[in-house]
Amino acid sequence: MKRVYVNEEWCLGCRLCEYNCAYANSGLKDMVVALKDKKIFPRIRVEGEDRITFAVSCRHCTDPICVKSCIAGAISNRDGVVRIDRNKCVGCLTCVLVCPYGALAPGEDGVMQKCELCLDNSCGAPACVTGCPNRAIVYEERSETQ
Amino acid sequence: MKRYVIIGGGVAAVGCIEGIRSIDREGEITVISEEDHPVYSRPLISYLLEGKTDTERMKYRPDGFYKENGCRVFCGRRAVSINAVSHTVTLDDGAETLYDKLCVAAGSRPFVPSFDGLDTVENKFSFMTLDDALALDAALFESARVLIVGAGLIGLKCAEGIRDRVGSITVCDLADRVLSSILDSACAAVVQKHLEQNGIGFMLGDTVQRFEDSRACMKSGGTVDFDLLVLAVGVRANSELVRDAGGEVNRGILVDEKMQTTLTDVYAAGDCAEGYDAALGARRVLAILPNAYMQGNTAGINMAGGEKEFGNAVPMNSIGFFGLHMMTAGVYDGEMFEDAENGSIRRLFVKDGRLTGYILIGVTDRAGIYTSLIREKTPLDTVDFDLTKKAASNLIFSQDIRRKKFGGVV
Repeated sequence: MKRVYVNEEWCLGCRLCEYNCAYANSGLKDMVVALKDKKIFPRIRVEGEDRITFAVSCRHCTDPICVKSCIAGAISNRDGVVRIDRNKCVGCLTCVLVCPYGALAPGEDGVMQKCELCLDNSCGAPACVTGCPNRAIVYEERSETQ
Repeated sequence: MKRYVIIGGGVAAVGCIEGIRSIDREGEITVISEEDHPVYSRPLISYLLEGKTDTERMKYRPDGFYKENGCRVFCGRRAVSINAVSHTVTLDDGAETLYDKLCVAAGSRPFVPSFDGLDTVENKFSFMTLDDALALDAALFESARVLIVGAGLIGLKCAEGIRDRVGSITVCDLADRVLSSILDSACAAVVQKHLEQNGIGFMLGDTVQRFEDSRACMKSGGTVDFDLLVLAVGVRANSELVRDAGGEVNRGILVDEKMQTTLTDVYAAGDCAEGYDAALGARRVLAILPNAYMQGNTAGINMAGGEKEFGNAVPMNSIGFFGLHMMTAGVYDGEMFEDAENGSIRRLFVKDGRLTGYILIGVTDRAGIYTSLIREKTPLDTVDFDLTKKAASNLIFSQDIRRKKFGGVV
């Protein structure tokens, strides 16, 4: 399946991926209304310092430990895409406790959210990748041995 | 066609069913569940009383889960014995079920010490099952004085869940600190203070000597008058079925890394099992939900003829009270590195060049990176440990490792 992959050496640290993610998942039509003067809670996060930066989002692991660990049964794996039912989540953060990639963080309301590859919002493909100016993140198929 | 039998209907059983079905779509699965509810998330019972969830959303799997997985379910029924020679399980009505592979996922039960006069207490509750929670829910009233015996995870989550619905809450524990199973003294003091600021009273290093109706006479000489009593002292593994069938048990049913017991074709998983704790380097019961699922899943895969080992289980907890969140993992052994500010605490424990455990209070971002260092026994000289001490981040890894983590299928 297609996943988001990181080309660390190409990352400028501009954080456009974070803004595009927050916008794509806001459900709002106007980017300004969605983002201006607001603290954003993107599902992809740029980590790093001056020289090294890279964007981290859910790896959609082939054997996801978050799915097995969620105490509410709120995280599931459908056709390889790891999704969260925010209606069931109680914000216990057990998924944060176990994710070896540090790829999950709570949303503004304290309920967990995660990258679902923009498959269920109006984008249909990861908005972070579409908006990345330097191909520092890409959305493609890679084999397990690559 | 293989016949699988699972004793228990909780999370370990779900893991087992999903493990079996990942290998074998055809075999016949029989589930014997004592609780008369579809599988639900037990750790959510405090959130239920708090109004943050409801019985519908507490369902651990969607309606139709058993049907879709072709399971025959005996709900509200109890297994009374296992015959490991004839490969049969006897139910409470005398009926016998044959198995080729059996998984005992019977969970645990509250441990109730023999307090003098406990039988004189009218309104007493355990806090483990949905039925426990529903019974307590029905008994709560606005001016109720509640005494909770046990300042562990269960007792304190109960306190949080009911605080806004009762008059007062006092928690007592024989231990001299709260959450003694997961926190050291300094961290426990921070959490206790936070709980006290949120209206919970404590009597620590103290225990009930005897009950007289609605009064607890404490060992320290004091008394506590209460309307409702919650007993949350601890739990005991339901290991008797395997023990009586001749299997080895200690505090729980002994299992190897495939979740096999010492009885042929009998597996065990979840709170009733005593598996290997990779952080401790010894066997111990790890009564946490992720462990229950992973053990159950491992058992299921092996029962169905697959190959799976679960050898890196470690104790780990993520828990919050009144907005203060904490995470702990591993064992607190070795040299301690602390980073504390503004009421938050980050404590890492290092021994033999490996992270053995951590306690995080109020600073839990990306903690799973720490957990993975423990589980995978990552040599700390392969990461930037100065950065690690300050925060959990992917920057601690070399670029090469990051390329594998974020550039490949994982």
